Amino acid sequence: MSDNKALGGKIITKPFIILAILAGIAGILLIKRFIFGIGAVTNLSDGYPWGMWIVYDVLIGTALGCGGYVMAILVYVMNKGQYHPLVRPAVLTSVFGYTLAGFSIFIDVGRYWQLYNVFLPWHANLNSIMFEVAFCVATYVLVLWIEFTPAFLEKFNKTKLLGFMNKILFVFIAIGVLLPTMHQSSLGTLMIIAGNKLSVLWQTAWLPLLFLISSILMGYAVVVFESLYSSIGFKRPLETPILSKIGKLMAWLVAIYLVFRFGDLIWRGELGTIFNDGWVNGTMFTVENLLFIIPMLLLFSKDKRSNAKVQFIAAVLLLLAGAVYRFDAFLVGFDPGQGWHYWPSASELLITLGIISMELMAYLAFVKWLPVLPNIKHSTS
Amino acid sequence: MSIDRRDFFKVISAGAVTAATAGSVFAREKKKLSPDAVGILFDATACIGCKLCEVGCKEYNDMPVEQSYKVGDLDVPTIWDNADDLSAKTLNKIKLYRNGDASVKDRAENGYAFVKKACMHCVDPDCVSACPVTALVKDPVTGVVTYDAKACIGCRYCQVACPFNIPKFEWDDPFPEIVKCQMCDHVTETGGIPGCCYYCPTGASLYGKVEDLMEEAHKRIALTEGEKYQYPVKSLTDGETAQHTVPKYVNYIYGEKETGGTQYMIISAVPFHELGLPRLPEKSAAGKSETLQHTIYKGLIAPGALLAGLLVAAYRGNKSHNETEKGG
Repeated sequence: MSDNKALGGKIITKPFIILAILAGIAGILLIKRFIFGIGAVTNLSDGYPWGMWIVYDVLIGTALGCGGYVMAILVYVMNKGQYHPLVRPAVLTSVFGYTLAGFSIFIDVGRYWQLYNVFLPWHANLNSIMFEVAFCVATYVLVLWIEFTPAFLEKFNKTKLLGFMNKILFVFIAIGVLLPTMHQSSLGTLMIIAGNKLSVLWQTAWLPLLFLISSILMGYAVVVFESLYSSIGFKRPLETPILSKIGKLMAWLVAIYLVFRFGDLIWRGELGTIFNDGWVNGTMFTVENLLFIIPMLLLFSKDKRSNAKVQFIAAVLLLLAGAVYRFDAFLVGFDPGQGWHYWPSASELLITLGIISMELMAYLAFVKWLPVLPNIKHSTS
Repeated sequence: MSIDRRDFFKVISAGAVTAATAGSVFAREKKKLSPDAVGILFDATACIGCKLCEVGCKEYNDMPVEQSYKVGDLDVPTIWDNADDLSAKTLNKIKLYRNGDASVKDRAENGYAFVKKACMHCVDPDCVSACPVTALVKDPVTGVVTYDAKACIGCRYCQVACPFNIPKFEWDDPFPEIVKCQMCDHVTETGGIPGCCYYCPTGASLYGKVEDLMEEAHKRIALTEGEKYQYPVKSLTDGETAQHTVPKYVNYIYGEKETGGTQYMIISAVPFHELGLPRLPEKSAAGKSETLQHTIYKGLIAPGALLAGLLVAAYRGNKSHNETEKGG
């Protein structure tokens, strides 16, 4: 008996069609991008060479895809078997989060037809943080699909192959924890080389640790969000007690994060910079950290975190916190000087929206078609 | 399997401690200038703003004319090149500094000055450290930073990294490249000198060995204001000179220390930050970035230990799960 079960039902529904239209619009804009160049659809410039696509689709997209990673830590490393039913839906979000981040990279890089150079040893630059990120992310996409294969094998009743996969799966689970630990931290390290161009409020040698902890937080927040959302959306019982335990874990992670975030600012004597780094930086810094602090306070209270509504609010706030932190560290706090400015164009936003739509469509199709969501033992419907 | 979770954390922390203690020892050494490195000395006080260097640059590098402005309100394109700043079509650019009534040259207050923007060819270039596929390379002998489109994936991390915002990207091309000054290495390798220096009539842009140029720069800033001095033109070894009256130099050579030193150096009578040159630390950001990365990944000990621990944990976790599944 498996932990997970396909939902069944029609795949083509009204929301699915709306998402398909959004994906279609993005598709048309992408044709424009590939014919006329990146400048034809984006507001990117030589001063702001990275924008919406890198920060949202890649940085935030992969952090949202950390569900599989953090659940693997909980279930296999900490050996908390009771969370096992949540692993497969989490891995599925990771599969899509990372696959589409890879797809976005393909759109964003100028010379996509040469992307394979990253894998050619004579081209590799081991000093480059980008090399580590590119190599690890690409490998992890592959590992995630392998981790997800049991769902396919169960669907098609390949019992023998499934038995074999289950025996060797531990190798991929281990690699599947190692790789995100490496690249989620390195995504933060990327900005070290930007030096003075990044405001001191974000430029710190602790960038890798802050990015790693916040990605783990976002991973757990996604698991909580997804569990509550699919409970409501697909009319399934709530998993409140398990989510409450995850909530406590998240509260402690935020506390550790904030100790490093503010400890570092105090240590460098830059805490006052919050008030004299321009109102945009100051405001965004405040918003970013309130988004961490408020859910932490909610989740430290045992009563509050046992409430599904609070769990949901806390998860959403933490997802926003990690997202705002990434926007701040890569765009808001980034100033190349010489009067450069950046604000994403409509086309840029529509392409991002289209990619998110594709992700949601694939998720909806997969949970209905494959054994992904936890099997309900005491059915209520 | 007898390893439990406590042992697992022991393995992990052993790796972490090894990595952390290795850190201080592993700080990357400062990059040194090659003795045969070549560069350009730009003397802002000798520049008359004629922009012949821009013409020379376009000609030598076969770059297109760029028009940022049209004639008046007529919306008629001009026939000449009038780029606003560096771009994928313009590799060097004379910029004007002006203050107040701009009556006197080379004076910060109520004065004006010219400065030339181009790749600084850093001794420890951030762009080279940043490039994931070694498309940007620093020549071990000449120190010139060159670009190889065949390697480039177009990720633009070099643009994020460069403290001078030098690498430019062809935004409106479906098959874009990164574009930057390569110090006319196609000409210098056969004994020629870069286009900007060859065309400069006053010696404001001067080509030579970095060591010799540095000596020349130190000599100039030590000269007394008002005296006559024979300024070498084109290159230090060319023999051609032009006589100028010595201005009141700022006692500083921009590029001697900035971000670990640059092979394109600037001297001026107007403070450098007024000319739009960034204030930069003596240590390159590349050094910090590489030190951090190689501390974490030294000999792959920490990731290796982590993987070993994870394999053990995942093996046990997976096994116990499979067993309960069979049993239940």
